[in-house]
Amino acid sequence: MELNIKEQLEQIRATAKDRLAQIGSSEELENLKVKLLGKKGELTNVLSQMGKLPPEMRPAVGQAANEVRSFIEEKIKTAKQQLEERELLRKLENEKLDVTLPGKAHRTGKKHPCSVVLDEVKDAFISMGFTVASGPEVEYDYYNFEALNIPKYHPARDTQDTFYFTDDILLRTQTSSVQIRTMEKIKPPIRVIAPGRVYRIDEVDATHSPIFHQIEGLVVDKGITMSHLKGSLDIIAKKLFGESIKTRIRPDYFPFTEPSAEISISCFKCGGEGCKFCKGEGWIEIGGAGMVNPKVLELLGIDTNEYSGFAFGMGLERLVLRRYNIDDIRMLFENDVRFLESL
Amino acid sequence: MNVPYRWLREYTDVNVEPKKFAHEMNMTGTETTGFTRVADTIKNVVVGLIEKIESHPNADKLVVCSVNIGKSENIRIVTAAKNMKEGDLVPVALDGSVLASGKEIRTGDLRGVTSYGMFCSVEELGLSVNDFPGSVADGLLILNNGACDFNGAPGDDICKALSLDDTVFIVDIVTNRPDCLSIIGVAREAACTFRRPFAVKKPSYTTGGGNVSDYLSVSVEDSQLCPRYMARVVKDIKIAPSPLWLVEKLRDCGVRAINNIVDITNYVMLEYGQPMHAFDYECVGGGKITVRRAAEGEKMNTLDGQERSLDSDTLVIADAVKPIAVAGVMGGENSEIKPETTTIVFESANFFAPSVRKTSKKLGLRTESSARFEKGLDPLLAKEALDRACELICMLGAGTVVDGTVDINNAPSVIKTVPFEYDWINAYLNITASKEEMTDILERLGMKVENGVITVPSFRSDIENKYDIAEEIAKFYGYDRIEPLFFKADVKSGGYTKEQKFEIRLGEALRAAGLDEIMTYSFVSPKGFDKIRLAQDAPERNALKIKNPLGEDTSIMRTTALPSMLEVLARNYNFRNPSAYLYEIATVYIKNADETKLPDEKKVICAGFYGEKGDFYTMKGIVESVLTAMNTKECEFVACTDNPSYHPGRAAKIVADGKTIGVFGQIHPLAAKNYGINDELYAAEIPFDALFEATAPEKTFTPLPKFPAVTRDLALICKDETTSGEIEKKIRALAGPCLEKIEIFDVYKGAQVAFGHKSIAYALVLRSDEKTLGESDIETIMTNIINGLEKDGISLRR
Repeated sequence: MELNIKEQLEQIRATAKDRLAQIGSSEELENLKVKLLGKKGELTNVLSQMGKLPPEMRPAVGQAANEVRSFIEEKIKTAKQQLEERELLRKLENEKLDVTLPGKAHRTGKKHPCSVVLDEVKDAFISMGFTVASGPEVEYDYYNFEALNIPKYHPARDTQDTFYFTDDILLRTQTSSVQIRTMEKIKPPIRVIAPGRVYRIDEVDATHSPIFHQIEGLVVDKGITMSHLKGSLDIIAKKLFGESIKTRIRPDYFPFTEPSAEISISCFKCGGEGCKFCKGEGWIEIGGAGMVNPKVLELLGIDTNEYSGFAFGMGLERLVLRRYNIDDIRMLFENDVRFLESL
Repeated sequence: MNVPYRWLREYTDVNVEPKKFAHEMNMTGTETTGFTRVADTIKNVVVGLIEKIESHPNADKLVVCSVNIGKSENIRIVTAAKNMKEGDLVPVALDGSVLASGKEIRTGDLRGVTSYGMFCSVEELGLSVNDFPGSVADGLLILNNGACDFNGAPGDDICKALSLDDTVFIVDIVTNRPDCLSIIGVAREAACTFRRPFAVKKPSYTTGGGNVSDYLSVSVEDSQLCPRYMARVVKDIKIAPSPLWLVEKLRDCGVRAINNIVDITNYVMLEYGQPMHAFDYECVGGGKITVRRAAEGEKMNTLDGQERSLDSDTLVIADAVKPIAVAGVMGGENSEIKPETTTIVFESANFFAPSVRKTSKKLGLRTESSARFEKGLDPLLAKEALDRACELICMLGAGTVVDGTVDINNAPSVIKTVPFEYDWINAYLNITASKEEMTDILERLGMKVENGVITVPSFRSDIENKYDIAEEIAKFYGYDRIEPLFFKADVKSGGYTKEQKFEIRLGEALRAAGLDEIMTYSFVSPKGFDKIRLAQDAPERNALKIKNPLGEDTSIMRTTALPSMLEVLARNYNFRNPSAYLYEIATVYIKNADETKLPDEKKVICAGFYGEKGDFYTMKGIVESVLTAMNTKECEFVACTDNPSYHPGRAAKIVADGKTIGVFGQIHPLAAKNYGINDELYAAEIPFDALFEATAPEKTFTPLPKFPAVTRDLALICKDETTSGEIEKKIRALAGPCLEKIEIFDVYKGAQVAFGHKSIAYALVLRSDEKTLGESDIETIMTNIINGLEKDGISLRR
């Protein structure tokens, strides 16, 4: 009798392994579990014969039965895990997507390329303790010319053909007017940039626009020298165009700076070797600069024995066209969404 | 300006490669934009002597020439040209030669006779008839034509024989350096740049008796406009072409050779930078020259054949009765040098720069002369130039200089001095130049340095103080030798202002709402006002007008940004872009009542779109998202029926605190049509200041709710004209503090509701701060709302 029960238990254990191996789904597994371990299952069925055994034999048989149960439970757990893994893999396989189909877009607008570059320039200066100043676009002749050492009939006015409203009020031709307004308002030390629109009579073509933007900079402090002008331009160029950019200044003439300089940077396409982009020169002109003319400082009541300063101006559009490789300035004002969204 | 290297080297022995020359000059302030050399284009063209001309065996129009090209054997050239004879010297393009146009010439067969090259015309050498006296446009260039002094021999390279082998630099002179608008001026800069010697020979010549006062009397009526007037008379004039060396120099400078007298004035102008003029003495009525202002409306014909109407601001050179030149700008036709001229008056004067500039602008006449005078010339230069002109007269044998010079000199003779502060210069530039190096530079530039004082030569009108001296030192010491340093300064609180930060965030919010930024012109067409249907008396129509606009379309400063936006939308529409969603933070210019004052420049946020099935509520959503992002105070939207630019039933005003801060909606179909669009356009306009001022105080944290919320739907029936805004207001008032949120989830009009009515369905979120709302609490609130609405004729939809 005892032997019989033990044999039965052994048989359940032996066959369970094979039967589990043939299981294909969670459902089958559940059914098998009930069949083996359930209330009316095979194991319970065998154990129900225990009552017929003599009491002294029951513990040993009971222990054997528990071992079989544990064994089967362990096997079922493992089988279940494997089954779940297989089923998950199958599910993931079925959920496979074509990742090359387009995304569900949330429409976000684009900054105008001029704003992108201007914001970078502003941030670069802000990080060096500058503030951003502004002044009117419709301006008095005084601020745009006279105070900048460009009296009426000065030939330098020729290079800046001007739109007028009255003999005295005009559309500013340079943001340098803001230099004067700034120095009227605040005393040195001064560290400002003044970006803004400027206007010059120019027929519209691929390289000319009657409206464009300049970024003016002004530093007035004690002990400012030409070295500082050069060093500051150098830092700005590096911040805007990368660490490998070199800056070059060479003599030029502006009535409101003395000495004056033209600012060029090494070509950011060829690094100065000379290419199609920089017309073989290796350098790209980006603006003008100089030490603030003492006549200008004195006009504004700044003591030139104590203070000196430098100023610079850059054309924004030129930077934008170069950076994005745009060959026609009109694109910037045309506002074709295909253009705006392509950058 | 063109600067021939050969001519420049008459004053200094600079002899570096052209590329190096250009680079170094650029670095010392004489902008040299490039250089050319004709000899680099023309190849293998030589002087040939036509020894024999025979008829062509097979062609009547061709002849066969035997040409001596300096070799042991003559070559054969077949030509259709007619203007040569045996014994003529002509340019011969040999086999494998290249002409100025880049055309290649090869040995070829011409009707059965081999031609070993081709004869050339002036044009084929890249020249014009002015560049070679006696030459013709339609025929060969006959080199020994008797009209000039050609002395090349057979076999000579044509580029050498015609001095086409020189390098010509193209320089751009800055406006404060009129002294450099001359070969001598540029040579001085070059000599200093390369630290080479520099010298200008003092002109010397002989005079032939007589006295200028027997011929001429001069009076200057306005000495402010004419600080100096010098004149000399030259008699026994023999008008002839200039010698080749002179013609070639003018050619290289881009100036046409005319005859010896005119050429001399041009030559001196190019060389010294002092414009000169020659009058035919016969035409100087009464032998009297008066430098005076023109009478109002006085007329004269200038050398270019144009009649000019003058006014009293114009300075003229007049004889006893009539003007014979516009001072400093252009001579008169009536006193022009003619082939039969026998006596001339050379004028070398100094005119007041602003006056010349003004006159030249007014007449729309810019000449080589006015371009120099208007920058302010040195009065001393007048004499040097006049002497040089007389020297050239003698050199060319063109006439006899009469003794005596007219010189009316009212120019103040001030000797400018500047203290030599070399320590300060070193500090200002942050360089370490020795006193000797600085002195050397200054002396090379024509300054005298003695006892700590710099004497500035009169031709350097630009130098006034130590800063100007510092600039000269910097230029020739080398900008590239200045060490770049960042300035040391106290820490400053830089950064953006509150308003600037607001604008940055505003841009972000507009882009987050799906709009692309645009950039449009600030001057616009006045037609835009009609296009957006503004009333005739609308204040916006009172815009600032530009006196000298590029055109009508860009003639006024905008007072509204809407036309700019609509134009851009229309442009995109015409480009067939399916949609455009745009914004601009635009400046508008509000005219000041006092026209001597500046306008008010204000920023306006302008948004606009079409396409992608966007409608009124799309724009409202955009506006709302921007208002939220900008933390604007609670806003109300009020129907806007009276803005002529917008659809009367589809526009709203944005109202914060009882103040209108903007408007948006569908553009009036008639306005859209004015922009050529038969589609729905939407726009929004919000003045920047209004939005900025409507900013709510910064929010602080309120504890998250402790008790759960319940949601109740409420479907209502109301009259068509009742707005959702009104109902919402009523519900809020009736519900009391437990109403946390109210949202519309459906609006219905149609068969299911009575005519003239609509159904609106709301979802209400109710919550109490004190307890979990029970069924009876909710019932009380809902009943209150329903009963309240019922009284106003808004009923529950059943």
